[in-house]
Amino acid sequence: MKYLLKSIAVIAIISMISCGGKEEKKNDAPTPIGVQKTETPKKVETENTVKPSQRVDLTNKGVGPVKNVELGETIDEAMAAKGAEVFKANCTACHKPTKKFIGPAPKGILERRTPEWVMNMILDPEGMVKNDPLAKDLLQEFNGSPMANQNMTEEQARQLVEYFRTL
Amino acid sequence: MKKTINIVVALVMAAGMVSCGDNSQRAQTGGKGGLATNAAERVYVAPGEHDEFYAFMSGGFSGQLGVYGLPSGRLLKVLPVFSQNPENGWGYTEETKPMLNTSFGFVPWDDSHHPDISQTEGVLDGRWVFINGNNTPRIARIDLKNFKTEEIIEIPHSAGNHSSSFITENTEYVVAGTRFSVPVPQTDMSIKDYKGNFKGALTFIKVDQETGRMNIKFQLMMPGFNYDLSHPGRDKSHGWFFFTTYNTEEAHSLLEVNASQNDKDFIAAINWKKIEEYVNNGGGKKVPANYAHNVMDEHTHVATSTMMKEVLQVNPLDVPGAVYFLPTPKSPHGCDVDPTGEYIIGNGKLSADLTVHSFTKMLDAIENEKFDGEAYGIPILNFEDILAGVVKQPGLGPLHTEFDDKGNAYTTFFISSEVVKWKVGTWEVLDRQPVFYSVGHGMIPGGNSRKPFGKYFVALNKITKDRYLPTGPELTQSAQLFDITGDKMELLLDFPTIGEPHYAAAIPGNMVAPNSRKIYRLNENKHPYGALNDSDVKIVREGKEVHIYMNMIRSHFNPDNIEGIKVGDKVYFHVTNLEQDFDVPHGFAVIGANNAEMLIMPGATETLVWEPKQVGVWPFYCSDFCSALHQEMQGYIRVSPEDSDIELSWSLGED
Repeated sequence: MKYLLKSIAVIAIISMISCGGKEEKKNDAPTPIGVQKTETPKKVETENTVKPSQRVDLTNKGVGPVKNVELGETIDEAMAAKGAEVFKANCTACHKPTKKFIGPAPKGILERRTPEWVMNMILDPEGMVKNDPLAKDLLQEFNGSPMANQNMTEEQARQLVEYFRTL
Repeated sequence: MKKTINIVVALVMAAGMVSCGDNSQRAQTGGKGGLATNAAERVYVAPGEHDEFYAFMSGGFSGQLGVYGLPSGRLLKVLPVFSQNPENGWGYTEETKPMLNTSFGFVPWDDSHHPDISQTEGVLDGRWVFINGNNTPRIARIDLKNFKTEEIIEIPHSAGNHSSSFITENTEYVVAGTRFSVPVPQTDMSIKDYKGNFKGALTFIKVDQETGRMNIKFQLMMPGFNYDLSHPGRDKSHGWFFFTTYNTEEAHSLLEVNASQNDKDFIAAINWKKIEEYVNNGGGKKVPANYAHNVMDEHTHVATSTMMKEVLQVNPLDVPGAVYFLPTPKSPHGCDVDPTGEYIIGNGKLSADLTVHSFTKMLDAIENEKFDGEAYGIPILNFEDILAGVVKQPGLGPLHTEFDDKGNAYTTFFISSEVVKWKVGTWEVLDRQPVFYSVGHGMIPGGNSRKPFGKYFVALNKITKDRYLPTGPELTQSAQLFDITGDKMELLLDFPTIGEPHYAAAIPGNMVAPNSRKIYRLNENKHPYGALNDSDVKIVREGKEVHIYMNMIRSHFNPDNIEGIKVGDKVYFHVTNLEQDFDVPHGFAVIGANNAEMLIMPGATETLVWEPKQVGVWPFYCSDFCSALHQEMQGYIRVSPEDSDIELSWSLGED
């Protein structure tokens, strides 16, 4: 009986201080950033020293609405001209046709990427960065500067690809 | 031994009390509803989920319009209307400054009162919200695609624009009635000569159904009473408008005594269709006026203010059969019409009873000329002949009545601080609930239409006192949410509001959200100073004025280095946001700006004027966190002495 009483008393005391206990926890110092860093496993990526922008991958179609694009034998000049206009109105704030600016130059892009990948990157850059490993690596290479979604139509994206062929 | 057990048990109980200290305190201060019901669950909107209703609540003396979600009571947005808003540059940018122009010059604040949502065939349609500026009489139209004030029209010959801004059931008209009668035209005269000489203008503003553009169709020049509130007839009474009056004594001093002498004041019943016909047939008289009409262009993103010089006035005596007075006890405040259009409720704020007039009986009394005299030539209908019923002693100080979809009415009582539910037709009181404290208007979503959504009632309170953590003598304002689906009203939630929530209007979210704009298309941007791509970027000097055609995208400005500006220049930053993605606004802030920063939505152009006073190299930056490189989104502008000969130059990413 005495034992029982004692234990009830202990419970009572514990429940009395239980609120205080919580508050103490709040006062804990945040985990130092340095500690977190050492806990992160180091990524081993020795096999891939080529910059993501220079990597050649002509099979990856990316992730997005565009599944299959057939490029014509010759460049469709009318479509390319439309693409040039779209490029000027929506892309030049970050891309110059032939040299790196905020983002990479589109010149020669189709030697390294499929047209589907290029169009998916234009149409859904957020989705690509999330789901396409290469797009994710590119974001790193370009300082975490995200490609803006300019709300292009699929037709406009196709015109841009045709324009890129002329560069 | 027993004693020990008692002590220990007591200790356990005490511990329980201590550990739940917060809860017991809340229970003591009136939170028992939360324990007894699942009220919390019914107002809880889980993370990522949307509220069922948008509630547009007047910003009171803030001059703005608050947008809240119901049932959560979460503040979604403060829409700037009549007041400058440093949060986004409204009223500070060159594009928006004309919106606040009036015949008194630039008036960057007001006292906003009564929002009303546009309707088609008496049902909410979600196109626009209208709201009145009370102090410097104005009516604003907010477009619900953009959630932006698109138009403000000043009301001439009006003062204290209070019986406003209520719409007819197809949004044919929005009305603006004057609270204070004034000399028309204004003139230097003795105040003592008020009686018989001052006039009360009731202004009918035509709304274009395509564009929403407002234009004053006519002003009805009524006797010099105070026109307090108004509501349109609907359904069977569509075509009529009802205005409460007080101070039919025409007192000009100590109104709290002198304007409460008459046993009855009036509700003015206006057959606007009849007057419209009269005006369309060339009736009325054009008189000189001076008022501003301000319109924001959605494509140029620029507002223009036009001074209007004329208005059409109508003398009620010239249109027989158009205007009658319904005697109503005693200084009626709110004037409310039930969803069927049959009952017109006069909330006599100094009366213990609620007076309900019958529209059918009113028409009959008019036809059979059951008159009880006239006032300034306007027939007064016989009180007994038009009376539908009286709600006997429901409370003290009735102010406003709203309706649900089940034939019930809900009247707010300021003095007895309660909401009373009563049955339309039998006039019996069904329920009463206290509010905290001193309710003004009440609001049921769609309660001002033929089809109310009778789920919630929002009490818009005048006193906040002890309902929230105190914040010094000046407290926030307060609203309370009731569930009205059952027989008894049930208090679910308190929530704070901006300014004083006078009236409010609410609409189901799914009638507005699908049309809500995400971005402005760059290819539709017709701003005269837009820099829609980098080849448009330039700086042009015109004497002391310097126009910078700048654009921005994550995460830079073009240009971001500017030289050749001099002390004494007036620098216009015309900044275009090139983003075409939802929720990527950028800000623009420059050191020492004497106005504000500005927020620029995707695809829009905004202009901030900066007048540098000190030589040096000064930074500007993006003030809305936009990307991981937001902190890098900055630029420098060099300011040289007034006599410097440094040429204008600009660049981005060049050494």
